Formats: sequence, structure tokens, C-alpha cells
Amino acid sequence: MKKRLLAILMTTALAASLIGCSANSSSSASTDGDTIKIGVFEPKTGENGGGGAQEELAIEYANSVRPTVTVDGKEYKVELDWQDNQSDKTVAVTAAQKLISDGAVGVVGGYGSGVCIAAGSYFADSNIPTIGTSCTNANVTLGNDYYFRTCYLDPFQGEIMANWAYDNGYTEVATIDNVGNEYTSGLVKTFTDSFTALGGKIIDAETFQTNESDFKAILTNIKNSGAKAVFAPTDYLYAPLLLNQAADLGLSVQWIAGDTWYSNVLIQDAGDNANGVVADTFYAEGGNSEFDTGFKEWLQADSSRMTTNLDSDAIVGNHAVAYDAYMVLMDAIESANSLDGAAIREALSSMNASDGFACGPYSFDQNGDAVKDTSYICGIDNGEWKFQSEEKVSK
Amino acid sequence: MTLSYFIQQLLNGLSLGGAYALIAIGYTMVYGILRMINFAHGDVFMMSGYFMIYAITVMPWNIAIPAVIIGTILLGTLIERVAYKPLRSAPRMSVMISAIGVSYLLENLANYLFTAMPQSYPEISILKHVYTFGSITVSRVTLLAPILTIILTLVLVLLVNKTKLGMAMRACSKDQDTARIMGIKVDNIITITFVIGCTLAAIGSILYFTDRNTVQPYSGSLPGLKCFVAAVIGGIGNIPGAVLGGFIVGICQIVITATGYSVFSDAFTFVLLIIILFVKPSGFLGEKAIEKV
Repeated sequence: MKKRLLAILMTTALAASLIGCSANSSSSASTDGDTIKIGVFEPKTGENGGGGAQEELAIEYANSVRPTVTVDGKEYKVELDWQDNQSDKTVAVTAAQKLISDGAVGVVGGYGSGVCIAAGSYFADSNIPTIGTSCTNANVTLGNDYYFRTCYLDPFQGEIMANWAYDNGYTEVATIDNVGNEYTSGLVKTFTDSFTALGGKIIDAETFQTNESDFKAILTNIKNSGAKAVFAPTDYLYAPLLLNQAADLGLSVQWIAGDTWYSNVLIQDAGDNANGVVADTFYAEGGNSEFDTGFKEWLQADSSRMTTNLDSDAIVGNHAVAYDAYMVLMDAIESANSLDGAAIREALSSMNASDGFACGPYSFDQNGDAVKDTSYICGIDNGEWKFQSEEKVSK
Repeated sequence: MTLSYFIQQLLNGLSLGGAYALIAIGYTMVYGILRMINFAHGDVFMMSGYFMIYAITVMPWNIAIPAVIIGTILLGTLIERVAYKPLRSAPRMSVMISAIGVSYLLENLANYLFTAMPQSYPEISILKHVYTFGSITVSRVTLLAPILTIILTLVLVLLVNKTKLGMAMRACSKDQDTARIMGIKVDNIITITFVIGCTLAAIGSILYFTDRNTVQPYSGSLPGLKCFVAAVIGGIGNIPGAVLGGFIVGICQIVITATGYSVFSDAFTFVLLIIILFVKPSGFLGEKAIEKV
């Protein structure tokens, strides 16, 4: 008797869960009353947790600037659906599936290319337009009709930094590559290609593995090679380790990096050893005073925001592209005048908007990448990031 | 390859090996007494790094160092009391799984408490002094690590072989039940083993992180695994063996990275483990297991 009761109970539970499932999937990309959900796909934890948190702040700010969106004459409140992808490719898929089942109309994010590539096909299969922030690898948008992005690409950065190095008189450069990291390997490859095409020479190509914390061996090799500059576009995690261990070994070179190093934490973590580091960034403070003042006021209004932003009100490139990603999505929804994923996608691919961004204007090429040709080069001078020059890619 | 390059790389290897050796001793001692692998040991080492970051903000370094060692000991013995002691009579596998659980707990706790961002390790000026000999630049801690490791090992070997406490420890590792009958308080001996292991892990963490500058929640996981391999290579349960294993793993890692095969540096450590388990399962200095029939 007991067994039969149990069986009935379990069948009912199973049926209920199945009904729940089907109800969920049919409500995909639908609205709940007067609110729509926009997914935020960022790493709050894991190796890119710091950068992800900074982008989340900018998205939250963008949401406070533009809390509603008007479609078909009806005003919808935009609710952000925060999902932590933990900088992990497996968790990223789970986070994407959660956003899909929550019925997100569009998604903004994220920091780090690997997780975006892992989740991209899930968003595309569910017709959810996704605006990448600082995922700079070519494969994020390539072959994915629903992934767009507000930042530029890795090859672009490698080329920019190669131009910079050659223009500043460095002809023999060493590179440091993180094996298995799409971002670092992509930049190192294009840097090497562009730099040798310009007439420079890579005299030492070192590699290390993810989660390595001992760089003394490869730094000793670089010291031995006599390179005057080192191109090390690693994830942020390794930046202070490289700089401090290089100082311990008496290696003094010009450090050249990609956008990941452009962070104020580097100055905290590496102190004097960070002086002279050069990195490029999507946006440098001072580029758009309206965005700068508005965002600074918003940060200062709440001490917990300042804490998340590493006890500072400094604005970095990640803030700007994350803010713009949200704005681009809002613009697309309004110009599509629809909450349908395919319609929003169409609006994005034909978008040509210039107002209300931090570092616009925005239009997208056939891959879904923002059309940009300029990057901002910044350097650390006396414990502060200073804007140095704009570097253009030679088209 | 110049001589100075060779010496610089050798020093890199010795200092890494020294830090590994100190952690490996913790694995080997706990295995010797409890026949379990304390997978949380690498994470205790990581937490010890965070203790120093916070200790140095409120006290000078000469008080901070003992405070960090005491903090690490408290954490280690707390783990033993909460996660291992209740499982004393359970199968060994259960204790091992409990250790894996503690390892994940500590990593996630660190993630929650200190965030995923790497935090810079304080520069203790007395350790950080940089010497320059010609083209070789070396910090004091790099030189200190191998020397301190050898001194501590000698002290520990004397403690285990020449004192009453050491005799009790050896008795426990042979047969706990008989040791108990002989009037040895087995639980106290186990606690003391954890105290020693954690002291060495704390000293190891000061040497390791001073040289590597940052701590993050997963700082302990890979070094922990490598030190476990070091303990097995040297012969798990054998203290000089763990030190030998630590130096072998540390120097091999530097040699492989320096010759441009850094892709294989982690893989090599584990290949070494497999080879040792095939060729000499008891490790270089381990006792041969005698099967009594």
C-alpha cells in the first residue's frame, strides 16, 4: 500500500515538473506584466571576477540611467537578471541555460572570451540577441548570428601594440604566451605577425600554463635573451606576479600588454614595479565627460559600489563597453519595436547609432563586431594610469 | 648558456623546491600517522597566505609571523577536530572524501571572504632584501628557503627519532590500537602531527608567497597537488623523503620551464608520479611494505 502511494506521489511530482518545464519553455522571451528581463552574463567569481564585477557596476548604472524601454507604445520596466558564469566554461553553459529558461529578452556580457564562446551557441539557438562587452576573441561572434559586441577584437589589439612597439623604437621584443588561453594566444599571434611584418624581431617566445604562479624560470630566460621590451597580454591575474618577480630578478624592460592589464588594481598589487607598463584600452577616462561625471556620481553615492570598484572612482575601458552594451541593446529593442529575438537581431545588424554612448558611435559588421579603428594607449606613470596616445590600425 | 644563467635558474629551482618540501612534510606526516591523504593541506597553505595579508595590517612583521603560524595551526587542528576526528573509525575512504570536501570548502570560503581578485602579499623587508652578484639578482628569501627547509627537516627528524614524543608518534604510525594500550593518547599525538604539519605549511607559505607576491583562492590547489606528488616520490610517510621529493619536483619544474617546454611542466610532475608508482611504488626513501601472511 505504502509503495503504491509512493509511486502515485512520484508520478504526480514528475508530471508536475514536466508541466513546469513546458510552461517555462513556451514563455521563453516573453514578458511578465510590464517588465522585461535582460540577462547579465558576467563572471562575479573565478579568475576574471574582478573585471566582471566592474562591468556589472557599469551595467547597473546603465540600467539606472535608462530603466525603461518603450515597445509598441507600451513602456516596459527593464529588470536585470544576474547570472555568475564564474569564469568557468562549464558553469557558463549552466548560466546561459538559466537565462534562457528565465525568458531573457536579450543578454549583456561578458568579460573573458572563453566563457562567451562556450555559451554563445545556446543564446543563438534560443534566438536571444547577446551584446558582448570585453570578449575580444574573434570566435565569439564568428558564425554566431546572435552575438554582437561593443569592444574590438584580439587581432586588432595585437596589431595596435605591434605598431606602438615599433613606433617607439623597439626592434627586439620577447613575448609571453599563456598556453590554452584564447585571449593571450590570439594577441601574441597577431602581435608576432604584425611586428615581424613591420621589420621587428621576436627574440624570445616564452609560454606558461594556466594557474602558474612561478614565472622566475621564463623571466630568467628573457633576461638572458637581452630583450628590451616584453609583450605579455595575459589575464590580469598574472600581471602583478610577472612584474614583481621580474623586479626581484633585476629584469627591467618595457612591459607591453593588452586591455586586461589596464586596471587600477595593478598599481595596488605591483606598486612601483608597475611604473612604465603600457596597455591599450577600449576607453580612457576623459574621453566622454558626460559619461565620466554621471558614472562617478553614481559610484560615489554608495560606498559598496566604490568597494566593488576597488575603492576607487576611476573609470576604465570595461566600464565604457559594458555601459554601451546595455545601451546598444536598448536602442535595438526600441528601433525593432518588438521583443522578438529575430527582430532585435535585425535591428542590431542594421544599427547606426551615435547618441547616448560612452565610446560610440556604433554600427556592426557582418560578424556582429563593432566597427572601430582606434584604441587608446595608456601607461602607468608615478602610480597612475595616464592616457598617452591614440593608436590607429593601418587599414 | 652562461654560468650566471645556470646559477640563477638553479636558485629559482632550489627556492621553489624548498617551499614544496615544507608542504610535502605536512602530507607525509599525516599519512604516516592516519594513513589518509589530507587533501585540504594545500588550501590551509593558501589560507595562511591570507592570514599574513591581514596580520601585517595590524602588527609589525616580527609579531605577524608567529601570529600567522598560530592562526594556521588553529585552522589545521580545527579541521582535524571537525572533519576527521568524527570519522576515526570510519573507512579510510570516508576520511579522504571529507578531506576533499574541506579543500573545496576552504577554496570557496576564500572566494567569498577575500574575493577572486589576487591580493598582494605584504613585502616583509627583512626577507625581501635583494642581493646582486654580477648579473645574478637574488632576494634573501630565495636563498633562505632551501637553507631553512633543511634546518627544519633536521630538527624534525631529531624530534621524531630521539624524543619521547617522537617515539609515541612512531608507535601510532605502526599500530594505533597497540599504542593506545601502551598508554599513548593517540588523539593528542594526531593533533600534534597536525600542529607540526601546519607550522611547516605556514613557514612554507611565507617563503612561497613572499617570492610570488600574490595570493588568490586557488593559490593552494596546484602547489598542494605537486607537494602530494613530492611526498609520494620521496616515499609517503618518510620525512627526509618528502624533502627530497619537494626538491626534485621544484627543480624539475624550473628546468622544464627554462628549456621552453613549460606546456609540459605540470604534466611532467604527474608523469613522474606514474613512473614512480610503476617502478618503485614505495618511493625513493620509503620503507618496503612487508606483507605478512
